[in-house]
Amino acid sequence: MKDNKNLLEIKDLSIHYITDDGTVRAVEEMNLEIGVGETLGLVGETGAGKTTTALGIMNLVPNPPGKIIGGEIVFEGEDLVKKSQSELRKIRGNKISMIFQDPMTSLNPVMTVGDQIAEVVKLHQNVNAAEATERAMEMLEKVGIPGTRHKDFPHQFSGGMRQRVVIAIALACNPTLLIADEPTTALDVTIQAQVLDLMRNLKHEFNTSMIMITHDLGVVAEVCDKVAIMYAGNVIEYTDVKRLYTSPKHPYTIGLFGSIPDIESDESRLKPIKGLMPDPTNIPSGCPFHPRCPKAMDICSQRKPKNTEVEPGHFVKCLLFENTEK
Amino acid sequence: MQERLLEVRNLKKHFNTKKGLLHAVDGVNFFINKGETLGLVGESGCGKSTTGRVVLRLLEATDGEIIFEGKDILQFNKQQLREMRKEMQIVFQDPFASLNPRMSLSEIIAEPLVVNKVFSDKLEMQKRVKELMDTVGIAERLTNAYPHELDGGRRQRIGIARALALNPKFIVQDEPVSALDVSIQAQILNLMDDLQDEFGLTYLFISHDLSVVKHVSDRIAVMYLGKIVELSDYNSMFKNPLHPYTQALLSAIPVPRIDIKRERILLEGDVPSPINPPEGCRFYGRCQYRQEICRQKTPELRDMGNEKYVACHFTGDLRPASE
Repeated sequence: MKDNKNLLEIKDLSIHYITDDGTVRAVEEMNLEIGVGETLGLVGETGAGKTTTALGIMNLVPNPPGKIIGGEIVFEGEDLVKKSQSELRKIRGNKISMIFQDPMTSLNPVMTVGDQIAEVVKLHQNVNAAEATERAMEMLEKVGIPGTRHKDFPHQFSGGMRQRVVIAIALACNPTLLIADEPTTALDVTIQAQVLDLMRNLKHEFNTSMIMITHDLGVVAEVCDKVAIMYAGNVIEYTDVKRLYTSPKHPYTIGLFGSIPDIESDESRLKPIKGLMPDPTNIPSGCPFHPRCPKAMDICSQRKPKNTEVEPGHFVKCLLFENTEK
Repeated sequence: MQERLLEVRNLKKHFNTKKGLLHAVDGVNFFINKGETLGLVGESGCGKSTTGRVVLRLLEATDGEIIFEGKDILQFNKQQLREMRKEMQIVFQDPFASLNPRMSLSEIIAEPLVVNKVFSDKLEMQKRVKELMDTVGIAERLTNAYPHELDGGRRQRIGIARALALNPKFIVQDEPVSALDVSIQAQILNLMDDLQDEFGLTYLFISHDLSVVKHVSDRIAVMYLGKIVELSDYNSMFKNPLHPYTQALLSAIPVPRIDIKRERILLEGDVPSPINPPEGCRFYGRCQYRQEICRQKTPELRDMGNEKYVACHFTGDLRPASE
């Protein structure tokens, strides 16, 4: 299933928000790759820069105050950062599409769900209204909703069903890349299980690559091939799922695992990370994690850690793993 | 036998809506021993928060009994209720909505003390507020800060300090960590654990997050559409769930591990509407083991021994539906 060719390559991407209170370095020198059919999990807490990354790929960062400061986003061999708005419009919703967290706010309440799916199809494909409606009904069936309900409005569906409609819209044009921003966070666990199952099946069927943004390491273990852990705008650890769960390296990643109650074991006490997320306009010097890090050294407050490949395919941004000679 | 602090018998709360009678809580029975934590889990709309509020009489029950320290608090008059409220407190889900934005932190924490006229001396009260802030780990320099200056974790600490102000015996924790990031969530869970040991508190811990509930609870009650479907100690709940809904619910939790692959039971459809629910088992429409009797007769919560209670006609004898 996996192809050696990368569908998306993000190189040294930096996105800043320039505000009156100072510059927020939402994404800093990010490097990621996604192969065809692969799923990348983007994990982090509030304010880590996950959603900004997603908006950056779609070139939808609100400007002002947001701005892509540097770097490349190479999608199917072309740099998206250099593209014009009209070129991008042909890509968005067609080759790259997005699923948002809250299905209630991402659907139009005064438009039938069928029309909302048909809208994308008509925009990107050369079809007439009847064909588009037919395609909409087909997509509804694919996500497990009877096609006959295409004339219903969003409020007539439950939360889980609405998220299915959103997925139908996102997949209507057979995108090669799907960005899902916390697609199941607003849903109950049994419904979450249904939706994740559906996404997994559809991904296989269409061989779509996916970026799954989430804060839930359980969801990542279930659907992702690779994971990038973000902290204060930096990808601090990046590797495949197996290595991340069996031998996490960065102290923050280890802290995250210590913070989640594990239903499979019987620990009596959690080992939380001390302190709080830093103020985004005032990120600590050196390694942004050093004030909270249990293994911080003197040098951590002075020098920014470089992205280090600790073993093939396992990247960590931490001075503990850097060769300090030279 | 342990001492029971709270016992709820056949508790009901119905709401009149335009579409009919909404059975939010429909005949719930449970008890909580002194110093223990009872976890109440379920999905949106199952009635868990309503249960928490009815137990404190923040909402008036439609029917049933709530026995707190041997007395039925539903029979209390206003005066008695006021006294009782000192013993029973609540921490709310949203630390952004549950603190008055126009009050400073010390005013928020002091409010229960002022309302109940605990201190006649202002300095004594300030001392108590300081002590409470210290207990929940809020720096003294924040005494005059306002809620908007704080992050979610600190706000939730203030909510906890306020709940502790009157030295209660019992606290309803209504999704206290759902709005927080995992690293902060772990800090708050540990804090609540410490406070429980220190002050001998009893918790009713309401949450939709099963991993969190398992972590904090001694016993767990699972709710579905206004009814408790299974109640047992946390260990046997997770090792040997008996109700088909509990089984599906537990199997649906994404586990942050890759070495354990679990069998998943996918439920069909959604939770039905709690308005005018039909006779019979509430789970009937989604249950893979349903039989004819399940549609006709509502299963009672039965004692299966070892303090395990299950509301299912076929407990221990589940066979796939023959339709």
